[in-house]
Amino acid sequence: MRLNETFKALLGGLVVAGVFVLCLYALSGGGNRQERADAGVLNQELHLANGVEPEDIDPHLTTGVAEHHIQLALCEGLVSEDPVDLHPVAGVAKSWDISSDGTVYTFHFRDAKWSNGDPITAEDFVLSYKRALTPKLANEYASMLFHVVNAREYYNSGIEDFDQVGFKAIDDKTLEITLNNSVPFFLSLLNHHSWYPVHIPTIRKYGGVDDRRNTWTRPGRFVGNGPFVLEDWRINNVLIVRKNPLYWDAERVQLNRIFFYPIESYDTEERAFRAGQVHKTEKLPLAKIPKYMASDKELPEEERVLMSTPYLGTYHYMFNTSLPGLDNPKVRKALNLAIDREAIVKNVTQGGEMAAFSFVPPNCAGYTSKHQIEYNIAKAKQLMAEAGYPNGEGFPEYAILYNTNEAHKTIAEAIQQMWEKNLGIKCKLENQEWKVYLNSKTEGDFEMVRFGWIGDYNDPNTFLELYTRESGNNNSRWWSDDYDRLLQEAGQTGDQEKRYAIMQEAEKILLDELPIMPIYYYMTTYLIDPRVKGWHPTILDHHPYKYVSLEE
Amino acid sequence: MLRFIAIRVAQAIPVLLIISIVTFAMIKSVPGGPFDKEKKVPEEVERALNEYYHLDKPFVQQYFLWLGNVAKGDLGPSTKYPNRSVNEIIGAAFPISLQLGIMGIGIALTLGLLAGVVASMRPNTAQDYIPMSFAMIGICVPRFVIGPLFMLMFAIQWEWFNASGWFFWSDRVLPALTLGIFYAAYVARLTRGGMLEVLGQDYIRTARAKGAGEARVILRHALRGGIRPVVSYFGPAMANLLAGSFIVEKIFAIPGLGTFFITSISNRDQTMILGTVLFYSVLIITLNLIADIVLIWLNPKLRFDEQ
Repeated sequence: MRLNETFKALLGGLVVAGVFVLCLYALSGGGNRQERADAGVLNQELHLANGVEPEDIDPHLTTGVAEHHIQLALCEGLVSEDPVDLHPVAGVAKSWDISSDGTVYTFHFRDAKWSNGDPITAEDFVLSYKRALTPKLANEYASMLFHVVNAREYYNSGIEDFDQVGFKAIDDKTLEITLNNSVPFFLSLLNHHSWYPVHIPTIRKYGGVDDRRNTWTRPGRFVGNGPFVLEDWRINNVLIVRKNPLYWDAERVQLNRIFFYPIESYDTEERAFRAGQVHKTEKLPLAKIPKYMASDKELPEEERVLMSTPYLGTYHYMFNTSLPGLDNPKVRKALNLAIDREAIVKNVTQGGEMAAFSFVPPNCAGYTSKHQIEYNIAKAKQLMAEAGYPNGEGFPEYAILYNTNEAHKTIAEAIQQMWEKNLGIKCKLENQEWKVYLNSKTEGDFEMVRFGWIGDYNDPNTFLELYTRESGNNNSRWWSDDYDRLLQEAGQTGDQEKRYAIMQEAEKILLDELPIMPIYYYMTTYLIDPRVKGWHPTILDHHPYKYVSLEE
Repeated sequence: MLRFIAIRVAQAIPVLLIISIVTFAMIKSVPGGPFDKEKKVPEEVERALNEYYHLDKPFVQQYFLWLGNVAKGDLGPSTKYPNRSVNEIIGAAFPISLQLGIMGIGIALTLGLLAGVVASMRPNTAQDYIPMSFAMIGICVPRFVIGPLFMLMFAIQWEWFNASGWFFWSDRVLPALTLGIFYAAYVARLTRGGMLEVLGQDYIRTARAKGAGEARVILRHALRGGIRPVVSYFGPAMANLLAGSFIVEKIFAIPGLGTFFITSISNRDQTMILGTVLFYSVLIITLNLIADIVLIWLNPKLRFDEQ
């Protein structure tokens, strides 16, 4: 063939392509790629990949984790959190008294200011809570406040007069909160965003106090009381906060700015991290974990980037206990005993998760279940035989329902195989789109369903409460009067040790009857620039930014 | 010509109504609602939420409430982003998709037409095979492969550009290339086909016989007819490009409309689904109309038919 011609054409093509890319490079101002992470270290500007675009930043309207990460910078509650273990420390309140029966909390305020210079008063908090409980606002986390006397009644419009609700401003600097009964984890609860105060005069300025469409949370409008103030918010692009000079503890705050980038794709944020654009990713793609584990091993400890820490949550299956077979606790126990959880975390999930042998994650505010589920195939077989299904004969073929996701599917497949091999029973797999799955679950339209539960606050109650009869999330159709009674009793016990002892009894019932099958405890895994200091692994993945800094 | 445009616009209105009704019916027939969460929202809260967004009303009434607001130019509030209206989100996100789309189109047309014309000049030689092989690769390799590949090469390996984001002009290059290359490949193939057909026709031979130079024959005479398939393809394709490519936006973390268009469905954000579908429909109808007008202009025969 005419080689000369081929060569000419090829050369021509390459020249055209080269000129083209060069033109684009020059036209776009090519040079201004910058290593934001490096510049950030010099200017104390922290760049965080934050998952999704925040729904809003109004603490009474949001429900998600991404939003809470931002609110942690912009707001502060009565108390705040210790950066290492999240125990409640002084916030807006510099001290507090608790009545001997544990139902009345009196908070003494420090001289703190809103970001517009207004002093923060106890009345501001009362008005905030009134707003949080206004039915018309439809605050999805209003129930977090229901521990307070008459809060639930006010929310359900049973009573009209907010004075009857247990919030009382004794004077400008003293707030009294009266609870229905002693709530030992009350102070931890106060760090949930639903308990953050909002600046009512600002909200009024831009619309109704109870109007969800109120635009007071925009840059230039938002008034908060946290260590940072809102500087800019570009939809789905970036949200920027800068240091609040009026914050009471401003001296401690070292960062000048925090940039929150909504990057939904885990792969994209991992590449942004590698390109020096962010200091921390929100997650890490599962497939990349082994690679970073290996490369980190080569590095001295202070240069490692992979962070993998326990996260307060339990991945489990819930049984529909009204179905033949599954209505028998022996069968449910057999199903639980016949799966090899260690093998699942080691070979299937591979994110360093811990196999779950109880429902409450270990060391949850100092509580670790004394009762553990075993892995015991012989006993499982025996239980199946006792229940009338020797070698799985005659056991109906049920389906495991999960939302469409590769990881859930692989876990379900592993369990399907283990049951078939160990017990001789067959089951099907069924996947549904997220909202369809949620709908099936709440309607109770399932046989066995995957369910991930993340604690709202650091106390075993946030887990155990889930399987009470009243709980809206307990779709197993299982309940136990004893279990409910024990939890109620625990709720009225002020003494932590005694309270945990009662909770142990409650968890024992849950682990004997097993309407559920715990599989693993969640881990959160992400990449973080080793130059970020004061960032501690915490079980709720909260990181109070006022303790964070950047150092070479 | 004006009459032609007027008729097409009048036809669009029932089309849009039907699209909105079908979309609405589909939203209502899918299980799950905007307030279904992993942690169930207490019933009293859900009731209050449904009341607030009028989701407790009968479907027909909901539809007409929505339609009434649309007639006034208000696409309604988003249930996912309480303080934002659908108008605001489209207003903020569409210009970004538009910008990306226009750059993508620029790349597609520049590379595509060039490659197509060059290939058609000497069919079945290296000059044809080489650009067409690249075009084949461009069509076959999906964007979610090309995009990350560009990021790895240009952002992480050679450090020319940022890996993702939408802050500097240079941030536009990689996503626009990723978006444009697929269309460029398509345009190249269409152009080559169109050109080959035209180049074989009598009037080209006449032009050549009259001593017109090769450049004049190609650019002045042949190209006009040769790009007709590209124009008719580009009408709908452009709507696709402009409304935002979900994949490219996701890979490069670009705050365009494509992301909202897709996630509104998994969020069951009714007003956002209806709003973006309606917006997208108007865009397609408009661009198809423009493509038809351009086609008439390019083809004198069609002009005669109209007279």
